[in-house]
Amino acid sequence: MSFMKKPSARHPKLPVNELGLTVRDYEGGMSTLCAGCGHDAITGAIVEAAWGLSIPTHRFAKLSGIGCSSKTPAYFLRDSHGFNSCHGRMPSVATGANCANRDLYYVGVSGDGDSLSIGMGQFTHAIRRNLNMTYIIENNGVYGLTKGQFSAAADKGSKAKKGEVNLQPAIDPCSTAITLGATFVARSFSGDKDQLVPILKAAFNHRGFALVDIISPCVTFNDHEGSTRSYKYSREHFVPAIAADFVPPAEDIKAKYEEGEAMPVQLHDGSHIVLRKLDKDYDPTDRVNAVSNLLENNAAGEITTGILYLDESQPDMHEVNNTAATPLIDVPYSKLNPGNDTLRKIQSRYR
Amino acid sequence: MRPTDTSNPEYFHKVVDCQYACPAHTDVPGYIRHIAQGEFTEAYMLNRKSNVFPGILGRVCDRPCEPACRRGRVEEKPVAICRLKRVAADNRDDVSALLPKAPPSNGKKVALVGAGCASLAVANDLLPLGYECTIFEKLDVTGGLMRSNIPSFRLPADVLDEEIDNIVNMGNCEVRLGDGVESMQALLEQNFDAVFVGTGAPRGKELNIPGRQEADANIHIGIDWLESVAFDHTESIGKNVLIIGVGNTAMDCCRTSLRLGADDVKVMARKPREFFKASDWELEDAEEENVEIVINHSPKAFVIENGKLTGMTFELMEYDIDANGRITEQRVTGEKTLPCDDVILAIGQENAFPWIERDLGIEFDKWEVPVVDEKTHQSTRAGVFFGGDAAFGPKNIIWAVEHGHQAAISIHKYCQGEDVSDRMPDGQNLASTKMGIHEWSYSNDFDAAERTIMPHVSLKERFQKLNIEVELGFSPELAAEEVERCLNCDIQTVFTDKLCIECDACIDICPVDCLTITHNGEEDELRTRLSAPADNHEQDLFVSGPLPQTGRVMVKDEDVCVHCGLCAERCPTAAWDMQKFTLHHPHARDEATPPEQKEVA
Repeated sequence: MSFMKKPSARHPKLPVNELGLTVRDYEGGMSTLCAGCGHDAITGAIVEAAWGLSIPTHRFAKLSGIGCSSKTPAYFLRDSHGFNSCHGRMPSVATGANCANRDLYYVGVSGDGDSLSIGMGQFTHAIRRNLNMTYIIENNGVYGLTKGQFSAAADKGSKAKKGEVNLQPAIDPCSTAITLGATFVARSFSGDKDQLVPILKAAFNHRGFALVDIISPCVTFNDHEGSTRSYKYSREHFVPAIAADFVPPAEDIKAKYEEGEAMPVQLHDGSHIVLRKLDKDYDPTDRVNAVSNLLENNAAGEITTGILYLDESQPDMHEVNNTAATPLIDVPYSKLNPGNDTLRKIQSRYR
Repeated sequence: MRPTDTSNPEYFHKVVDCQYACPAHTDVPGYIRHIAQGEFTEAYMLNRKSNVFPGILGRVCDRPCEPACRRGRVEEKPVAICRLKRVAADNRDDVSALLPKAPPSNGKKVALVGAGCASLAVANDLLPLGYECTIFEKLDVTGGLMRSNIPSFRLPADVLDEEIDNIVNMGNCEVRLGDGVESMQALLEQNFDAVFVGTGAPRGKELNIPGRQEADANIHIGIDWLESVAFDHTESIGKNVLIIGVGNTAMDCCRTSLRLGADDVKVMARKPREFFKASDWELEDAEEENVEIVINHSPKAFVIENGKLTGMTFELMEYDIDANGRITEQRVTGEKTLPCDDVILAIGQENAFPWIERDLGIEFDKWEVPVVDEKTHQSTRAGVFFGGDAAFGPKNIIWAVEHGHQAAISIHKYCQGEDVSDRMPDGQNLASTKMGIHEWSYSNDFDAAERTIMPHVSLKERFQKLNIEVELGFSPELAAEEVERCLNCDIQTVFTDKLCIECDACIDICPVDCLTITHNGEEDELRTRLSAPADNHEQDLFVSGPLPQTGRVMVKDEDVCVHCGLCAERCPTAAWDMQKFTLHHPHARDEATPPEQKEVA
């Protein structure tokens, strides 16, 4: 880790977004992760996506559990809300926060251990609830913080740094999420910001649960020969199936695309994701097709990337549960706390 | 673009903007780091190696380094390089034991005409090699323009004396004061092995407009007038003084006038401020003393009443200026007469060589300027060399010093029977500054401090005597703050493409967005695809070879890199390293060193 702060000096001609802010205004503290960690590149992509959408940083709530991945919310969006929860319990906290204030952009950052081992139950139920949040898994296949044991996402047959071979099959968060009914599932690679940034922009604007599984090599414990999560292996086996472009509400998408080659999907805020098929057999709007393609490609050793499945038509948690539209912070105190008399009346109903 | 060839010293040298802009290529970041460590003597000696006169230049250098300073592009103001140089000179120990001494004579005799900075720089390089130098000076004092034209409130005489003595007292050096050379032919007949002409540009330009002759008693040529003030021949001037011209000589004239009794001094400029020749800091210092700088006034005539100068008439000018800052059209919109008692002309200088006979094989061009080779400084007559303002017209002290270094190489080669144009190329050395996992042997943290303000003697006190030095110099405490503003541009970001795993760590951490990994292309097109706008074409792009995993290239825009080293700290494979660049810019002693002992190949 570096001991100095990132210099305050910035490029004098750095572009500004609609709020007049530069990308530097969306950064956070100095990373304490290992030099070259994929997570830091994901942090960079989150910063770029949030800046590019011109969302004020205080409209974000960052949530995380435990692990290297879960440290990263400290490194982006320094002026936003945040909650660092217990191991694997981030989805519960996200659910609570979401109930209290549905107007924020919820960004959860988790890892393969935090989500697929200790937090698997929480993860699956957040999907089932279609919680309105972006759920990022920084997936490196190892427990980096405890010195490199295989995680539940490690591929069968992959080798640890000291040479042991993993004998158990991997949990694939993407196909799992689609089968559980997730409405936005994407996979990307920390080393490909051109792909990752538009995916994050779309995920932030998706109504409902948006899973973004990001291959994020652990440069210290899982970047060697025989690893299936190294930079080199990921680049060699990385197959973009669907390219996604994010088009903000104000822009006319017809001007940019020929009809037929692209599938524009309108998000609830009026922006669009334009999906372009790079693999002609892959249909990211057909759940059965998406899952079967993923399983086939996975068996062939390919890491299929892009927006893998998208369904904007499903109701999210707020709609299903008919939650209050007004954030609790904006509800007058007298209404939020109607007083002792009202409480007595309610209690008398149960006597 | 082709991969950048960083083995050519030109590339990394250009990154060190200050050193590149300095004609003598002074190792600026190197001596600033010495100052930061309190090593004033070492800082002084490192300076002296390149610029010979650190105490003098620390006060009056034209500072081409400061406008070039990268700090001026990252924020507004450059590092106060020149003032830091003075800190080293002011606070150093006695350096006499560290200065070279002349060895026994090698039997070669060199004549140096003029005892100014150019000739002294030649002597400084040749005396330690055993040459016998004879300096001819028409005045009774050494120093040339440094003494006669630079007022003592900017450059005290004792500073001058000490640095000049350090050269002429090395041994084997004869200084003939009051002995100006009247005839080049006679000089050439005296059996010198080589002759160096460093006589400066001693003639101030005239302004031939109506009334010039009639009012001659109250119209002065700037450099002549400054000289007569310097030698106490002139001790007063009228109350109302107009200075014509707005270069650095004009600034010295207006401030000197205030000290000789003038109370209303105006500097008259023909053009708007952006066309002024004077350095910004000299303008600021003059304006601090309440000198008024009047723009868009073009001299038309001197006004004379009863045979005496009473004023001057100007045409009021108006200019059309295009987007590139060039004047496209000019108009006269009226006329104005300003009263005055004296006028000082400071509109430029010229060379003058009435003492060089034109039949000696020394060619002059149609402007009566000698034909001199820009690299070797040799005239069209072998063995006769020119340097300083005498060679290519008025420049400044630091240029004269570099001319001296180059001429000394030529004189040495000429005297040894070698080809003067066959010279050692510049060399470089690169050494890693890595001290530990995230430790470097330089202060890599960025200090956001603003430029330190130079303390001045109060306006009330400074006019009491002509020789009260206005700038007090930085105290070691102030200097300690200013040194941290230096970005250490000589600590180079050195990239090894085959080690890169394209993790993007350097790109994410770079505070000034100067790095990009992308597909290669032609420079103009590539510049449009970088992380941040790269429209300063004066600054190079570094382009790596193809990266191992994707074949893309690493591109670095050198423009605003703050050399914080975070790219190297965040690099997991040490593909980036921070390496100290040392330029080896050969001097005469390097040419004289036997090949097997040379410092740099």
